[in-house]
Amino acid sequence: MHRTATKSVAQTFLGMTFGIALAGAAFADPVDDKLVIETDNGPLELVTTAPAAAHLEGALTTLYSGWHYREDDTRDMERDDFDNPGMVFVDMGIDSWNKAQGVNGESCAGCHEGPESMAGLRAVTPRVDEKTGKLMTVENYVNGCVTERMGLEAWGMTSDKMKDMLALISMQSRGMPVNVATDGAAAPFYAQGKEIYYTRYGQLEMSCASCHEDNQGLFIRADHLSQGQINGFPTYRLKDAGILSAQQRFVGCVRDTRAETFKPNSDEFKALELYVASRGNGLSVEGVSVRH
Amino acid sequence: MTRHALLAGAIAALAALPAASETAPKDVAFAEGAVATSLSGVAGDPESGAKIMTTNAKGNCVACHLIEAMPNVQFPGNIAPPLDGVASRYDEAQLRGIIANAKMTFDGSFMPAFYKTEGFIRPGNAYTGKAPEGDLPPILTAQEIEDVLAYLLTLK
Ligand code: HEC
Ligand code: HEC
Repeated sequence: MHRTATKSVAQTFLGMTFGIALAGAAFADPVDDKLVIETDNGPLELVTTAPAAAHLEGALTTLYSGWHYREDDTRDMERDDFDNPGMVFVDMGIDSWNKAQGVNGESCAGCHEGPESMAGLRAVTPRVDEKTGKLMTVENYVNGCVTERMGLEAWGMTSDKMKDMLALISMQSRGMPVNVATDGAAAPFYAQGKEIYYTRYGQLEMSCASCHEDNQGLFIRADHLSQGQINGFPTYRLKDAGILSAQQRFVGCVRDTRAETFKPNSDEFKALELYVASRGNGLSVEGVSVRH
Repeated sequence: MTRHALLAGAIAALAALPAASETAPKDVAFAEGAVATSLSGVAGDPESGAKIMTTNAKGNCVACHLIEAMPNVQFPGNIAPPLDGVASRYDEAQLRGIIANAKMTFDGSFMPAFYKTEGFIRPGNAYTGKAPEGDLPPILTAQEIEDVLAYLLTLK
């Protein structure tokens, strides 16, 4: 008996069974809700659901921020900067921005003035640097300045220092739509990232798509599977009581497939970040989101 | 020789047996997804099977499957069909095949293969994120597969 159970067969079956078990609870859906954040400058409404861009045809129709899949209290923490624990790290980022920490007393502020000069960067990264042809994440730009313009050792890609700065820079793009380029010089990186996204890694033989495309909305044990969007990154993760970058999230998800992971800032994970970011084109950058 | 000594000898011989009659993961014969012979040569223990199915680092079947016969499991997943009544839907050989490598029954299944050691892309050393040292063991041993099977066979 060689049966080919398609997803839709399994899910129809599931829907029937759970319809009875949970008395019709909408178990498979992202929550229908709106994210308006109380900020120092008044309320700011974010786009957390959007139609999928053309390049996602056949994969996604409607995009949902991971915010829609979290519990009420976690969602609420992101509605007010005062309640968002990630803002502490943004403040540390500001201190670091202003601090004379280069070998000759250089500071970020000395060259770039206020952090608002970084507005828009998070929305378009990773992007290919025109001069070098290299794929650049925000972290890569930061380390470019740290090493070349301040004469320091590179900061660790997932170090606290790096993530505080990443949080601060991302906040400057909060509310702007994610808009990473997928064509032109970005095309080969996009293709590489897409290939990785659909590769079934590890002893569990699972791809990103296995969880975040085929099964989004369903529960893997107690975890409500989202689309695995990174518009909210870096995020304040309640489980870690700290800031988590997209690169770190990728490590965690690949490790969970019983696979040998790629390293943060590897060519593979940078290309993957570009591709995953592009799946969120049209959603707002959340600055520093809150996840569990 | 006393009866006791005889018995002890017989038990020792038995204990040595399973290894001899155990089928290695790469030697499992699937017939349309089903596996007719016991992988360990020793009858499964349903109680141990239930434990394996609810242990994260082992079968973790409840991450994806609801089993109403296991009311104490909190937050079972809902990715896969509930397993209640599964022994009425499949026979023993079919179930053994599904547990060992569900992809032989369900083409391209999301369900992991629990008795497979080769053909992976970047396999890791369990959940460490690192490369494995030496040969990759299957996720479940031959006996663990038989134990899980013994439990599933109670789900009539
Ligand atoms: C075994 C299932 C599984 C696989 C495979 C998987 N993930 Fe995840 N992922 C999860 C779970 C569970 C969560 C936490 C709940 C959620 O947000 O979906 C998560 C969360 C995420 C998040 C955070 C989303 C947010 O808003 O907080 C991102 C980003 C992500 N995954 C990306 C990926 C990428 C990229 C891959 C492949 C390299 C991948 N995942 C593979 C299970 C998986
Ligand atoms: C990561 C998800 C996942 C895990 C973990 C998992 N399964 Fe499955 N299982 C599935 C899916 C999905 C199907 C449905 C077949 C398909 O569509 O590929 C399935 C189908 C089955 C079936 C056939 C059910 C039917 O009525 O057709 C049995 C039996 C089964 N699984 C047993 C197990 C056992 C036993 C374990 C643990 C040792 C387990 N599964 C772990 C995802 C999973």
